[in-house]
Amino acid sequence: MGAGHGHKLHYHGHSPIHRLPAHVKLLALLGLMLTVVATPREWYPLFAGYLAALLVVIALSRVPPTYIAKRMVIEVPFVVFAVLMPFIATGPRTEVLGLTVSEPGMLAAWGLLAKGTLGVIASLTLAATTEPRDLLTGLEKLRFPNQLVQIMGFMMRYLDVVAEEMRRMRIARESRGFQARNVRHWPVLARSAGALFIRSYERGERVHLAMMSRGYTGTMPDTGRTKGHP
Amino acid sequence: MHVPDGFLDATTSLATGAVAVAGVGLALRGARKELDDRTAPMAGLVATFVFSTQMLNFPVAGGTSGHLLGGALAAILVGPWTAVLCVSVVLIVQALLFADGGITALGTNISLMAIVGVLAGWLVFRAIQAVLPKKLALVAPVAVVAAFVSVPVTALAFVGLYGVGGTAPIALDTLLTAMLGWHTLIGIGEAVITGLVVGSVIAVRPDLVYGARRVLKSRELEIRTAEGAAA
Repeated sequence: MGAGHGHKLHYHGHSPIHRLPAHVKLLALLGLMLTVVATPREWYPLFAGYLAALLVVIALSRVPPTYIAKRMVIEVPFVVFAVLMPFIATGPRTEVLGLTVSEPGMLAAWGLLAKGTLGVIASLTLAATTEPRDLLTGLEKLRFPNQLVQIMGFMMRYLDVVAEEMRRMRIARESRGFQARNVRHWPVLARSAGALFIRSYERGERVHLAMMSRGYTGTMPDTGRTKGHP
Repeated sequence: MHVPDGFLDATTSLATGAVAVAGVGLALRGARKELDDRTAPMAGLVATFVFSTQMLNFPVAGGTSGHLLGGALAAILVGPWTAVLCVSVVLIVQALLFADGGITALGTNISLMAIVGVLAGWLVFRAIQAVLPKKLALVAPVAVVAAFVSVPVTALAFVGLYGVGGTAPIALDTLLTAMLGWHTLIGIGEAVITGLVVGSVIAVRPDLVYGARRVLKSRELEIRTAEGAAA
């Protein structure tokens, strides 16, 4: 499901939602989703309420709703599963539009779709209104292990570098007339992945040496960086 | 396949969250043994690598394509603890920045893909390596088996969790057959790609492959002289 990961989801803005500290937003997201997951799926009006609350937040953040809607394609494989649910679930059968479906299955499909969709909208709103750097600071404030935050920091920092490296390798392949069409082309792609690993690993070693030579002792120094500064 | 919000009930999500916290905590300590103070930059770059390879599409047939999951691959390339960390970080970033996998399901996703997937792959790899002769040429084929096993085992763990806290009434045996059948197919793809990637790294830099270190250690220095070559 990684196909949609090419672009950063952040939508630049200065709304109150953008300015809210990241750890508050993270806790709000977690709290909201835990509530949604714990809500019995038969309480239909509550789900409308959750959706309305999220829409208000999106409106406040001034992120165009189409921006969020377009990125909801990440949910598609899961929607397929939910649509299949009424046909594979057990329980008493009923007829809808000439198809025999399972009644509890219908209800389960609704529950999955409603909760899953709310989760995707809420997460996308967080991603759209929070800079990756602020997210790290937020996680640190929430007492996330420092090592883990550092690893995430490196990952976010080098994501574009490595993705760009991969893009250059693809261009190199294609400029030599290669186009992956079927299983027989896997060895070529796998060798690219192998080369990418070696390059990433060696880059990691270079980064580590560069950090050592600047006095790194295992923890990141606090440089008093300001919020929202990349 | 990332588990979204609302797929498992709240109690199960919290329980798997606790498992994930414990597992990642152990992995943090373990990775320091594997990498020492290189942990942050190395695990960060390897996590970036895992994330990027998931974007590399492998064509299957009829216009469909699949991508690597990378748990077993990461374990064999950089060691199990670092791999658990890397895959966990990838999952956290995917959930927070890309809305892939629900935030309440993060514990479930980490427990399944980062802990069960990586450790199953690694244990199979080590078990087979222990009985086979220590030869560099055997590392990639063993990686194939390890990667193949890791995918259905993860699916099996998912079915187990679903049996405990699933929110939809599906007969467990139906789900089990469907999940195992489907993930055996995915496992074949994962196995072939993992084997090819490990093989290509071993061909160039065998010293970087964590799973090959024992093999390299048992290799004796061989001095080839001009005379020897001529004889």
